[in-house]
Amino acid sequence: MGKDALNPDAVAPVDFQEVQASEQFKELRKRHRSFVFPMAVAFLLWYLAYVLLADYAVDFMSTKVWGNINIGLILGLLQFVSTFAITSFYVSYSNRKLDPLATEIRNELEARITAHDQAAVAHSGARGGNDDGVTT
Amino acid sequence: MITIPMAVDVAALKDTTLLNIGIFVLFVAVTMIIVLRASRNNKTAADYYAAGRSFTGSQNGTAIAGDYLSAASFLGITGAIAINGYDGFMYSIGFLVAWLVALLLVAELLRNTGKFTMADVLSFRLRQRPVRIAAAISTLAVCFFYLLAQMAGAGSLVSLLLGISDWGGQALVIIVVGALMIVYVLIGGMKGTTWVQIIKAILLIAGAAVMTLWVLAIYGFNLSSLLGAAVETSGNPAVLNPGLQYGKSEASKLDFMSLAMALVLGTAALPHVLMRFYTVPTAKEARKSVVWSIWLIGIFYLFTLVLGYGAAALVGADTIKSAPGGVNSAAPLLAFYLGGPVLLGFISAVAFATILAVVAGLTITAAASFAHDIYANVIAKGKADAETEVKVARRTVVVIGILAILGGIFANGQNVAFLVALAFAVAASANLPTIVYSLFWRKFTTQGAVWSMYGGLGSAIILIIFSPVVSGGATSMIKDANFALFPLSNPGIVSIPLAFFLGWLGTVLDKNKEDPAKQAEMEVRSLTGVGAEKAVDH
Repeated sequence: MGKDALNPDAVAPVDFQEVQASEQFKELRKRHRSFVFPMAVAFLLWYLAYVLLADYAVDFMSTKVWGNINIGLILGLLQFVSTFAITSFYVSYSNRKLDPLATEIRNELEARITAHDQAAVAHSGARGGNDDGVTT
Repeated sequence: MITIPMAVDVAALKDTTLLNIGIFVLFVAVTMIIVLRASRNNKTAADYYAAGRSFTGSQNGTAIAGDYLSAASFLGITGAIAINGYDGFMYSIGFLVAWLVALLLVAELLRNTGKFTMADVLSFRLRQRPVRIAAAISTLAVCFFYLLAQMAGAGSLVSLLLGISDWGGQALVIIVVGALMIVYVLIGGMKGTTWVQIIKAILLIAGAAVMTLWVLAIYGFNLSSLLGAAVETSGNPAVLNPGLQYGKSEASKLDFMSLAMALVLGTAALPHVLMRFYTVPTAKEARKSVVWSIWLIGIFYLFTLVLGYGAAALVGADTIKSAPGGVNSAAPLLAFYLGGPVLLGFISAVAFATILAVVAGLTITAAASFAHDIYANVIAKGKADAETEVKVARRTVVVIGILAILGGIFANGQNVAFLVALAFAVAASANLPTIVYSLFWRKFTTQGAVWSMYGGLGSAIILIIFSPVVSGGATSMIKDANFALFPLSNPGIVSIPLAFFLGWLGTVLDKNKEDPAKQAEMEVRSLTGVGAEKAVDH
């Protein structure tokens, strides 16, 4: 059977507003947003610049650089290179800066939820078969 | 030494029909066995909609590539490069760069906060009913436009690949494609659909790789020589420069800007792409999925650059344009030129498999959205058990399949290529602003979401109705009338900013505030993965 949703009872022991206000979580959010927002803006602007050049600077884009390879082709291929580079950069940033902190917070909260669930089971003795809780 | 036929004889293509059908039947047989095996464990809703969340990042990434690289990507982009040169290449860049939006802003956070559909994420902290209905309507709209384009495409594809040119024969092929799709999705659910997409992605990318190496080998692995040969065959040096298709007028330049916006912002909000992120066990695997798909899709589009110019050089734009299937015939004709009937048969079968895999992905997404969002949460008000919900989903699959077959038959022969671009524009306008706001903007409210979704969807559709693709032009759907008040064929440049604006306006004018506790829970869960849906273990 599936361990489906996190039901409302199971969430009860965690005050998410308190977690949201914690220094640890604020640090995680800051690290996440300070990477993804500037990066998203940067690649969108770089792509926009490329589209504008292809649309309105045809002569510049048609300048041959080497054999039949022109600036347009080079800039187009650089879009591929930058996409691959940003992807790799984000993966390495996540592995180093985001995942360890996120795991730390998650483990702590899930330990609290599990403890609460077990207490509830011990208390009522009738929660067998309820597979809705979070199991780690 | 490779022997190369001196010219492509289009009439000879019909001799390969039996081989094409044979290879396609083999593909169907192999995937059907896999689907049947995969379907044994389809018990719960999570099994049916999300394949038990049991795929790895690399499997899912391959499936995403299989879902995303439609016939429009493979045949359409190769053909566009072969005929219009550089402007065809510009499509593929938009299609690829768009994945960074999915990687950075959407995939992981969505995986952490949703269950099966896009509406799950939006209704996390907003009011269920209005948000779910709006999200389901835009999901169904995107799936419908995309599905119709694919089914109609199947009709025109057979005219080329199987030599079937009469209406009845093409209708029969559309019925076969639709029926196969219904069987895959009905029996296999998301698991079966995923395997079809994985197999298709491997075949497509492998086939394109072989052809790319072959073309490059002919030109001594020198890209400059290949480009030179393309210029020589076409007799037009401008095929290497931007502007051949979009540089004609100020309106067409603006049209390209509009299309570029829709491609780059729409991809990460396509419902059938979003749903794929739920088939992996964790957010980290969702990230890996996107990384895999970016590499696979990126490499594939680099292949299409070589294939497009290769077709321009070796087959020639005039032969391509006069062949049945027109622009779409560039890749198959190139395959025939290079490897004769066997390679053509393989590439044709892959093109069919492509349509099958994409329509299967769209159908399960639409069925999940109807059964999970409309039926279970709105009609049954959350009281339906999972078993009934999956039963409704399966029935919806049959209904959608039949609608797709009928729509495909009637749209066959119509110029419906704009529907794919419209699907991207609707996704970028109706879905993306709300997804981004609800993940990142604390104050976002239900009214903002509803205004943004209906505003984005409505404006995109109204603008397309009053655009040159519907009336007033030589290639319009309705040629005899002219009510094209909007000069562009792509509505994105207006509808996307409008939807972002409406999301903001609806929020600041909303007298109701959303529950800050739910917002806190969503934010914490989205970034940490606490309480995220786990994999099903059998």
